[in-house]
Amino acid sequence: MACKICGPKLSLCGLILSVWGIIQLTLMGVFYYIEAVALLEDLPLEEESGHHTVDAFIHAVEVGYQRNSYNCWIAALLYVITLVISGHQFWMNNRSSVSM
Amino acid sequence: MGAMFRSEEMALCQLFIQPEAAYTSVSELGEAGSVQFRDLNPDVNAFQRKFVNEVRRCDEMERKLRYIEAEVHKDGVHVPEVKEPPRAPNPREIIDLEAHLEKTENEILELSHNAVNLKQNYLELTELKHVLEKTEAFFIAQEEIGMDSLTKSLISDEAGGQQAATRGRLGFVAGVVQRERVPAFERMLWRISRGNVFLRRAELDKPLEDPTSGNEIYKTVFVAFFQGEQLKSRIKKVCTGFHASLYPCPPSNTERQDMVKGVRTRLEDLNMVLNQTRDHRQRVLVSVAKELASWSIMVRKMKAIYHTLNLFNMDVTKKCLIGECWVPTADLPNVQKALADGSNACGSSIPSFLNCIETDEEPPTFNRTNRFTRGFQTLIDSYGVSSYRECNPALYTIITFPFLFAVMFGDLGHGCIMAMFGAWMVLKEVSLAAKKSNNEIWNIFFAGRYIILLMGCFSMYTGLVYNDIFSKSMNIFGSAWFVPYDNETLEKNPSFTLDPKASYINKPYFIGIDPIWQSADNKIIFLNSYKMKLSIIFGVIHMIFGVCMSVVNYNFFKRRYSIILEFVPQIVFLCLLFLYMVFMMFYKWISYSTFATDEAYKQGCAPSVLILFINMMLFSSNEPEPGCKEFMFDSQGTVQRVFVLVALCCIPIMLLGKPLYLLSASKKKHNKPEHSNGSVNQGIEMQEQTDISEAGQTQATPAKPAPHSHEDEPFSEIMIHQAIHTIEYVLSTISHTASYLRLWALSLAHAELSEVLWDMVLAFGLRDPTYVGGIKLYVAFCFWALFTLAILVMMEGLSAFLHTLRLHWVEFMSKFFSGLGYIFQPFCFKTILENNDEE
Repeated sequence: MACKICGPKLSLCGLILSVWGIIQLTLMGVFYYIEAVALLEDLPLEEESGHHTVDAFIHAVEVGYQRNSYNCWIAALLYVITLVISGHQFWMNNRSSVSM
Repeated sequence: MGAMFRSEEMALCQLFIQPEAAYTSVSELGEAGSVQFRDLNPDVNAFQRKFVNEVRRCDEMERKLRYIEAEVHKDGVHVPEVKEPPRAPNPREIIDLEAHLEKTENEILELSHNAVNLKQNYLELTELKHVLEKTEAFFIAQEEIGMDSLTKSLISDEAGGQQAATRGRLGFVAGVVQRERVPAFERMLWRISRGNVFLRRAELDKPLEDPTSGNEIYKTVFVAFFQGEQLKSRIKKVCTGFHASLYPCPPSNTERQDMVKGVRTRLEDLNMVLNQTRDHRQRVLVSVAKELASWSIMVRKMKAIYHTLNLFNMDVTKKCLIGECWVPTADLPNVQKALADGSNACGSSIPSFLNCIETDEEPPTFNRTNRFTRGFQTLIDSYGVSSYRECNPALYTIITFPFLFAVMFGDLGHGCIMAMFGAWMVLKEVSLAAKKSNNEIWNIFFAGRYIILLMGCFSMYTGLVYNDIFSKSMNIFGSAWFVPYDNETLEKNPSFTLDPKASYINKPYFIGIDPIWQSADNKIIFLNSYKMKLSIIFGVIHMIFGVCMSVVNYNFFKRRYSIILEFVPQIVFLCLLFLYMVFMMFYKWISYSTFATDEAYKQGCAPSVLILFINMMLFSSNEPEPGCKEFMFDSQGTVQRVFVLVALCCIPIMLLGKPLYLLSASKKKHNKPEHSNGSVNQGIEMQEQTDISEAGQTQATPAKPAPHSHEDEPFSEIMIHQAIHTIEYVLSTISHTASYLRLWALSLAHAELSEVLWDMVLAFGLRDPTYVGGIKLYVAFCFWALFTLAILVMMEGLSAFLHTLRLHWVEFMSKFFSGLGYIFQPFCFKTILENNDEE
């Protein structure tokens, strides 16, 4: 349990990065979920393959939005794990520096 | 906030202080920290001043303190911080302090001297112990197997009959030598004995401690066997040459064991003594460490006081000390009070007094700042300290600086990061300030924390206007555009042109740029035209504001003629040419529309503002498109012609107005009797003083040249100055206006860079059709965040900061700021102590 892997700086970095990641990726997931037009460019669409009709295209886009919103939330979840780990490390570092 | 508008009024004062009260009074003034003393004996060198001995005593005390501090640090004793810095000690306490320091220093010296001696003993005994223990092994091995064969092989060449005799005389020497010298030592022994010395050695596992330096040294025990007295003396010589220490080692086994026993007991005793010495030293150092910080502050204050007193002058009667100092008039009551406190403290019956004197000298510039304004004032001061009582640009910088920065840095996300960083520093101000850091970059950031906070907030606003958050747009209020095409048309064509007539609702987006532009192909073309115009508009307004500030200066320094002869032509020139261009931009925005009924104001007819402006300057014209008009409104051609001619007429006024006025004014003055321009101001007492003390020397107090003003220069000089000034101004209106285009250029670069970063890095994680994309996104986000911080916030932020700084220093301040002052450096203990800490 009491393993100290990261130093104080790295764990602080991890904390800040994961807080930022959680906030931004969750929001991006929400925006993908509500199909924000600004994010259309980044959708995983197969170039020149399907969507000969408008309906097929719209369907592909909707699937893409769905997929991306889930991916964003997965990444956000991974950052929650990072947050927990780096938070634990940060706490360990702080405690050890106090006890010294 | 009137204090920020211009620097504070200063007064030159003379202080008359009783010699007894001098020390306490100056100490009080140092605590108050609002007085800048002037050196009254500049020709006297440092060794001939009055309080040299006291300064030397302080130096000596500082040396002792440094020694004690070094000892304390060597033993790793923690030095506690002082909560409240002590005041300067009064003269009686100084003697106590000096005695105390002397005693402590001697004690520590003696302790360390004893410790060195004891350690030397200890080292020798340990070495002896090791020698005895290690050689034991050699001798045993020798006795068990080697003795006969060894001696035989050694002397087998010689006559067999002498064998017994030589064996008896086989001597040896034992000792310790440093490990790195062993190979050389061995070779040397081999050479001098021609191979007739047998050397056995064993390395010591544990390092020994050098008694004087405390370093670790590795040593090797050796035993050299030899034959004959001559060889022995040679070996000994080699040993001294290699700094090897030799120890007596009895040849018989029992004797050696007794000796080892004896050495061990002695070592134990010595160890106990050493421990006790160490404890004692620790106790002394801990008790000293408690006082150390406050002592060093006291000594530094004392030294500062005596240095200041050295700047003072003695009265003829030696009854009082006279000092001259600059004081902000607002602080005069404080200074009076400090003087009264000072003379009360030493129980002097005669009060010290303060006398304001008139002077022609330029007083120092003092802008009273608080923690919010200090950063901005520093930005201005690093360009040049404003002249005394000159209009202070720092006040306006508080708003214009973050604003112009934000125009270049406009991004809601990046601005948010910057604002949060600034807010964190501002909120944690007290605890962060207490933690003094030597990291220069951090100190710069911390000193500019309010600037960073404001820059962040303003960037968030401009980011909202540019509709950029990490290069993406937000459609908060609903786009004003819609797609008028049906699905069939959409299927066939890859891209479309949206005609505003068909797809614009004729009601602009609520704030900033419409989000539709994010997906448009001609986004950059549109934004370029928009941001270029914006930067010219801001630039012209900023410059006009700068020129207007010069009125405040002319008015304050009673040069009202300059308002008419310099300011008016300048502002007219700037307005008729460049403000008119700004006007054309707005007129073009307002009057041309796709919904316009008039054919000439339809889309496609709008003339280029730049071409119109160039034509205006060159008096040329372009053929308009059929159905359109060349100009935006009727009689624009005539108006423009008049504007250019009037602007050109302003140039000779700028060039000749002021010199001619000064010429006529000086002619009038010459008719009147000329009065002298005020001699260098020195009190009567000082005059007498210098007469007496420098009687032998050539008493030459050269009358300093009267302060330069334009009135006294010859006409040709004024003319040249004015010509340079005029040419500079006329050219600069053009070059500075163009220079404001950097607002557009940097803003474009920032937006493009953040878009590229999103497309190249973050999109890598987004364009994955499977759920693996989540993990990819996790990694990509990490890199994206890193580059966003390093490149977009740090690097771009720094470059935008530097460009904003330049816009203020060159484009804004050159219009009114002369910056010829020198900074007010009050005698203040706080700054002295801080400076010392930095060293």
